[in-house]
Amino acid sequence: MKTVKLTIDNKEIEVDSSLTVIQAAELAGIEIPKLCYDERLDIFGACRMCIVEIEGNKKLQTSCSTKVKEGMVVHTKTDRVIEARKDILRLLLDNHPNDCLTCEKAGNCLLQDYAYEYDVKFRTHRGKIRERYIDDTNPFYIYDAQKCILCGLCVRVCSRLQVTGAIDFVNRGFDTIIGTPFNDGLINSNCVSCGNCVSVCPTGALLPKSKEKFRTWEVKKVKTTCTFCGVGCQINLLVKEDKVVGVEPVKDAVNEGLLCVKGKFSFNFINHPDRLNTPLLKENGEFKEISWDRAYEIIKEKVEAYMEESGPDSFAGLASARCTNEENYLFQKLFRAVLKTNNIDHCARL
Amino acid sequence: MDRDRLLNIRNEKKPEIVEKLIRDDVVEIRAERVVLKGDYYKNQLRIALRNCDIINPFDIEEYIAFDGYFALYKALNDLSQREVVDIMKNSLLRGRGGAGFPTGKKWEEAFSFDADQKYIICNADEGDPGAFMDRSILEKDPHSVLEGMAIGGYAIGANKGFIYVRAEYPQAVKTLRHAIAQAKENGLLGEDIFGMGFNFDIELRLGSGAFVCGEGTALIESIEGHRGMPRPKLQRTAHVGLWGKPTIINNVETFANVAPIILNGAEWFRSIGTEKSPGTKVFSLVGKIENAGLVEVPMGTKLRDIVFDIGGGCQNNKEYKAVQTGGPSGGCIPKEYLDVSVDFESLDSIGSIMGSGGMVVMDENTCMIDIAKYFLEFSVDESCGKCIPCREGTRRMYEILELITEGKAEMNDLEELEKLSHVVSNTSLCGLGQTAPNPVVTTLKYYKDEYLAHIVDKKCPAKSCKALITYTISDRCIGCSICKKNCPVDAIDGELKKKYSIDNEKCIKCGSCYEVCPVKPVKAVEIY
Repeated sequence: MKTVKLTIDNKEIEVDSSLTVIQAAELAGIEIPKLCYDERLDIFGACRMCIVEIEGNKKLQTSCSTKVKEGMVVHTKTDRVIEARKDILRLLLDNHPNDCLTCEKAGNCLLQDYAYEYDVKFRTHRGKIRERYIDDTNPFYIYDAQKCILCGLCVRVCSRLQVTGAIDFVNRGFDTIIGTPFNDGLINSNCVSCGNCVSVCPTGALLPKSKEKFRTWEVKKVKTTCTFCGVGCQINLLVKEDKVVGVEPVKDAVNEGLLCVKGKFSFNFINHPDRLNTPLLKENGEFKEISWDRAYEIIKEKVEAYMEESGPDSFAGLASARCTNEENYLFQKLFRAVLKTNNIDHCARL
Repeated sequence: MDRDRLLNIRNEKKPEIVEKLIRDDVVEIRAERVVLKGDYYKNQLRIALRNCDIINPFDIEEYIAFDGYFALYKALNDLSQREVVDIMKNSLLRGRGGAGFPTGKKWEEAFSFDADQKYIICNADEGDPGAFMDRSILEKDPHSVLEGMAIGGYAIGANKGFIYVRAEYPQAVKTLRHAIAQAKENGLLGEDIFGMGFNFDIELRLGSGAFVCGEGTALIESIEGHRGMPRPKLQRTAHVGLWGKPTIINNVETFANVAPIILNGAEWFRSIGTEKSPGTKVFSLVGKIENAGLVEVPMGTKLRDIVFDIGGGCQNNKEYKAVQTGGPSGGCIPKEYLDVSVDFESLDSIGSIMGSGGMVVMDENTCMIDIAKYFLEFSVDESCGKCIPCREGTRRMYEILELITEGKAEMNDLEELEKLSHVVSNTSLCGLGQTAPNPVVTTLKYYKDEYLAHIVDKKCPAKSCKALITYTISDRCIGCSICKKNCPVDAIDGELKKKYSIDNEKCIKCGSCYEVCPVKPVKAVEIY
């Protein structure tokens, strides 16, 4: 590994020569604002927020698309840089609805955060704003073009990481929006509703169609493993007053910030009143709640009785793709070693 | 095809063609060269356009008759790849697409970069308003481009070339298709060219009407099948380009210059033009000019010579006001700089650019704010929408120019316009965004008084902005009623032989009354 030494905001660091300035800054603990950058994706260079001043260069440079060089001296917070970032934010706010009071994304919106950090306010102007275009055909999420800053994260996540390619930029220039082929609506595209676009959207342009009303600061995040399959995706459950109201993928995990439609949107069963919380026993045609100990006792009694009566091959087991490999291993072991039958199969094989 | 056949065709065909052209009074022989006849051409030196209007573009033998494919033969037979690169480097030929990057240097980058596959791309996505240099070369001398590309392919070690040509040039597409097929039939493209083991094939790719696809990285995205949007350059295209392979992108006119350089040598090329910008440049002289058309002159020619000696000055003897060079990325050059030498550095130093060669001439009746608005509208329309400053900023600039021409702007709008120009040019992703404010910046620099007249006095000095002018009829009126008859909205009233008057509520300021007023020497209809 070849390394280079460079200085960022008077901090001297030595990093791998293949890195970009924004990556080097991150290693040095210096945060550079960015709206279209995602370390999992190709460099896009659209938002221009990550501009920095590099000594020897007359023009400001985007730190996402500039490689580190030996002896490079970078300044990330000069007056010139800050003024340019303010100008860019002002251009964005000029074409963004002043809706933060009721926007679901408030508190978790990068545009809002940067507007606050750089002290840029909404202003009135006589110019045009983007036309209203809402795609709410997908059952799980909604796209609102007016809140879209066209960072392209959704498009790139969809095509490069999810490899679905359902959405892309449509029209050009000021009229650009994110859309589906022929603007037929998400439901008619090949969208698989994975919601990874929603997870990366920095603003309120892509939002889950949630039945729950909550503000970002009201929820606590509980990290857990998704129960839908054996992959083991890590998720943060958003919990408001002991009720799960949303799901976020965890980036630093096996799923690298991605989820499928079930993991991302299917959490309402957790707090559903019909959800089974205890084992039920059917007696005289009616279900009755029993304890787990009682349930195991009944299973044991029945297994012993049938074993006596019809032998091991009267049993069959069907393992589940929702279980982990380890759980499935134990399950077949139970059947083969304890019940002494090979009648064991798995739903993924059917 | 071999050298003997090339020589045979040339010896046989050339006298025939020249004789016919002289008989038809189309050409003359000047300094042993066959050149087009007429005043318009006598001060021109045509290298890139050398064969245009002289040969039949559909006949490869006519191209060969005028030394065509001799340079490719020379390169393959006499020169190593390195030597071709060196000749190009020494010629100091600079890219004719606008940026003026040294072609030889570019080729050297790709030549010395090791890869299993390399590409040559010809950028034929000419799109500046009023510019049609490349179109003429493609339609009238397509083989000059094919030959230049093949030489480039040999030099850098590429066996595949693409011509990215806009679909709005159907005739160019037709001639190119025909020329490629003919070159292949004759063994001048394809496998084993001249039997010397060099393979080079060319395919066409048609653009779909996006100006931004003329930008190198957007062009590559488009060929790859993606939406044509520029991408940030982490690496040079000459190293990592089309499908991640070393790629050379040169403009049509650049390629058309290659064969003459290989044939005549770098010294010859450097003897033309200026020290830093050698050779000639083709300009498309349009607008309010007497003789509109293509002009090819040595670099360093004075702007005055192009506009007045060749172009014949403004139409209808109107006063020259400015010339806009470089299309939407360029700027306006006012009267006081008419003696500027037209080369990359000099134009840069006065705030404009060489660009691809568009030259739009304006006369006294042209409102400079209107011109800035026109070019900016073009940039707004053609912005791909990827980066924020260009997508949002150019639109806001256009809106301010609209307010100014409508007489609704205040002084703080002008400040905002200046600020936006700065933001867009400093923070946009690609060259198109970075240069989009140039028409505004240069007009603000040279014609600030016109801006102030619009904003403070609510007047358009060129009497062009409709919202800021009124038509009236003076006492010179002879009561002929011609203006009344020609008014499309019945805004003029009066009695025969008496003074007529215009109802300004109804008037749509079309100017018909002014055009038809027969009173001499000063018309009775006045514009304020």
